[in-house]
Amino acid sequence: MTAAALELVDLHKSFGKTPIIRGVTLEIQQGERHAIIGPNGAGKSTLFHLISGRIPLTSGAIRLKGQDITGQRPYEINRRGLSRSFQVTNIFPRLSVYENIRCGTLWSLGYRYAFWMGVDKLRDVRERTESVIEQIGMTARRDSPAGVLTYAEQRALEIGVSMAGGADVLMLDEPTAGMSRSETSRAVELIRKVAQGKTLVIVEHDMGVVFGLADRISVLVYGQIIATDSPERIRGNPAVREAYLGQAEGA
Amino acid sequence: MSDALRRHGVWIGFALLLAVLPRVFTSGTSLTMMSLMGIMMVFALSYNMLLGQTGMLSFGHAVYYGLAGFIAIHAMRTFVADKLPIPLPLVPIVGGLAGLAFGVVFGSVSTRRAGTAFAMISLGLAELVAASSLVLRSFFGGEEGITADRSKLFRVFDLSFGPQVQVYYLIAVWTFVCVLAMYAITRTPFGRMCNAVRENPERAEFVGYSTQTVRWISFSLAGLFAGVAGALAAISFEIMNALSVSAGQSGVVLLMTYIGGVGHFMGPIIGAVLITALQISLSDITGAWMLYFGLMFILVVMFVPGGIAGWIMLHEPVVKAGLTGLLAVPYLTVAVPMAASALGLVGLVELSHHMLVKAATEGGKFRLFGVAVDGSSLVPWLVMVAIAAAGFLVARALWPRVTHAWGQVHDELKRRGLR
Amino acid sequence: MTELILFSTLNGVLYGMLLFMMASGLTLIFSMMGVLNFAHASFYMLGAYFGFEISRHIGFWPGLIVAPLLVGVVGALVERFALRRVHVYGHVAELLFTFGLAFVLEELVQMFWGKLPVDYRVPQALDFVAFTMFGTTYPAYKLFMLAIAIAMFVVLFAILTRTRVGLIIQASLTHPNMVAMLGHDVPKVFMLVFGAGSLLAGLAGVIAGPALVTQPSMAALLGPILFVVVVVGGLGSLSGAFVASLLIGLIQTFAVAMNVSLSEVFAFLGVSPAAGTLLGDLWRVTVAQVAPVIPYLLLVLILIFRPTGLLGTRDT
Repeated sequence: MTAAALELVDLHKSFGKTPIIRGVTLEIQQGERHAIIGPNGAGKSTLFHLISGRIPLTSGAIRLKGQDITGQRPYEINRRGLSRSFQVTNIFPRLSVYENIRCGTLWSLGYRYAFWMGVDKLRDVRERTESVIEQIGMTARRDSPAGVLTYAEQRALEIGVSMAGGADVLMLDEPTAGMSRSETSRAVELIRKVAQGKTLVIVEHDMGVVFGLADRISVLVYGQIIATDSPERIRGNPAVREAYLGQAEGA
Repeated sequence: MSDALRRHGVWIGFALLLAVLPRVFTSGTSLTMMSLMGIMMVFALSYNMLLGQTGMLSFGHAVYYGLAGFIAIHAMRTFVADKLPIPLPLVPIVGGLAGLAFGVVFGSVSTRRAGTAFAMISLGLAELVAASSLVLRSFFGGEEGITADRSKLFRVFDLSFGPQVQVYYLIAVWTFVCVLAMYAITRTPFGRMCNAVRENPERAEFVGYSTQTVRWISFSLAGLFAGVAGALAAISFEIMNALSVSAGQSGVVLLMTYIGGVGHFMGPIIGAVLITALQISLSDITGAWMLYFGLMFILVVMFVPGGIAGWIMLHEPVVKAGLTGLLAVPYLTVAVPMAASALGLVGLVELSHHMLVKAATEGGKFRLFGVAVDGSSLVPWLVMVAIAAAGFLVARALWPRVTHAWGQVHDELKRRGLR
Repeated sequence: MTELILFSTLNGVLYGMLLFMMASGLTLIFSMMGVLNFAHASFYMLGAYFGFEISRHIGFWPGLIVAPLLVGVVGALVERFALRRVHVYGHVAELLFTFGLAFVLEELVQMFWGKLPVDYRVPQALDFVAFTMFGTTYPAYKLFMLAIAIAMFVVLFAILTRTRVGLIIQASLTHPNMVAMLGHDVPKVFMLVFGAGSLLAGLAGVIAGPALVTQPSMAALLGPILFVVVVVGGLGSLSGAFVASLLIGLIQTFAVAMNVSLSEVFAFLGVSPAAGTLLGDLWRVTVAQVAPVIPYLLLVLILIFRPTGLLGTRDT
């Protein structure tokens, strides 16, 4: 039996005296597409920060493909095959689209801190970068500085940078935030394509996206998971309805 | 063939320029100045590895330049005293290794923090080294410093390196090698990640890179090249004293690099050449040259934060699109009153400087811009104020023409789909 | 021995209070505006020189009032017309601007008053001996300096805790962004804080000038120590700055007073490295010689191990 892609064991996180995550236990299988939903302030982004190493746990353990990653730095976790995107676009503003993606590929291709070889000559870097750019549909804008892209283009780049390293566990934090209907459906197509063969964990508010993409959904309310189930059963769950009270759209 | 020529053409041109310059400027002063320019180019480029490439502001980079320079000069003395068969051209290797060693050691401590904290650590370390320079007299030589005779080292090809022109070529070769190496490093995976760390250190961690490691390596390499510059200085001046590790020296390289432009590889080169030229030529003409440097620096920080290189590169798309014509006339129109205003201000500074500093001994009369004036009379003061004020007001009135021209340029570029 | 301790403590506290006069302004400016003002010690220098000029032509006491006000005005003008422009380019640019400003101010002072120290004298009214102990005298002027410093501290404390402006400033020490979002006229407050900080530095200069040497390099000598104080104390913490000022003031004063070297301490071992060597230099180093270095050692150590400083709540 293969180890679960991601295991969260009784996670707790408090900021000072304020508990934000109050005992989260969850197992996500390899290849699964798992969505985490919940009302505002439930702690979804905090959960992502805990898993990806951005903030330290107060208590609990996290295992990635069977290996304990509790307390590790973001780069250590990333090197083990977990990559995440950010809710607020977090790219390299003055670097071009091409360079942004390329930065995402370098470590995974094994080049580390090499300062003795020209990066433009590296065929595998070039091919992987161009492939990712094509997948996110940004080939036309490959030389534009990331800072001048439109919002939707930046969100696509955000996903591109996260996946460029070929991580097999991909965590996307509200990838369609702020997008129009058409932009959202394009983004969903991209995510579906990109997540093939990978484990996907996604935080989303747009229920249409969630119910279309997810194999399983977890509902996070006040730092605790109140339900984890298939989309249909979550839809019919009274506790979930109560927690949401009018937030469901396109359900 | 032509593509390779274009890519390598710049370097070939640079090498040719370095080779040919002493034929054109043959005087001893010119040779000394060009030697210093080469040294400062390497020093400033090494500084920009930190500031421009990796986003690390250091107030103590002269530590690596100076300490390596001292190691080099002690090495030279040892090579002479012990008659070791090591020729002078290899001494910069000693400097480079020393700079690297200090960079690695001090860097392990400094790079644990970033931003303002890093700047403060660099300041603290610099003060530590500067203070210890007074105490450790055997290494730093006290007020007199440490001297060496470069012509006494082991000779190859019968080159004594006594004459300055030979030293110039030694420096030129090392400068070329270092500039090429530092440029090459920017085009490596490491160099690209330095830029990433500069742009968004947090995201760099999330794509698998330890920002501290990136910064540490950058710091060490910057120390290496600063060390080479320090050794070249030791060779050129045949003396090292505590000034080379001082806060003043760190300040000068910061000034040079920033005025030249931190955002482009050429920036520090431009800054080094310009400031060295000004330093040498201005200090003969006016006693207030340090004040001018400071004012220039402030003006760049306030109005042209990209430095000279940044300002030039702003016009790259304009030149490529053949639209310089649109800007030429407005620029010229504004340049005249701006120059007048600058002239007036310089005049006021010179008048003040003369009256405050020199008048007691030399009297009020002196030559300002080649014209004999009497500083104790009100006339030259009023004239200078008038020129400065008039220039400023006219420039301000005419400035909208420049913004208008730029607007036209933007519209045209947009029309052509280049924006 | 007791007299050494007593006088060193008095002098150390005095030096510490002087440092705090400047560090408090620097902390306020950094906390509100995020700018580590390199030119802060330059305003101290301006205060001393303005005080000197005024005391030369009119008198010390008018100088005591007018000089700090002048420096405060200069500070406010610098903020309004220059720093504000640079603000949009980010913190690095602001830091560089203040660095350039310090440079230019030093050059200007050198131009106007010369490179040598000027004869800024203690006023006649205060030029007497306060008390004598163990055969050593203690000048009244130093007690006067101490009194002014304490008075300033009390006034600052009162303003910060009892006025509205003070409460806003306190809030900005720990939550600068929030203060801006609460709708206060931030640019005006910035100008006020920068001017007030400069005024405090100027006041320190006016009273320190006659006691310490008034020369163009006084800013460059005191500037780095000031940064050590605010970083060690904790950026954003006034009480931290207070503690750090006293700590560094006492350490440096005591170190200078103790003129012991490693060689004297270890003389009984009979070990004595040769004079012209590196080890020989280190061996013969006295505590007094190391005194200027101690604050920087402290700075580097704190930045590595406890970057928030002794009492600070914000990381740089």
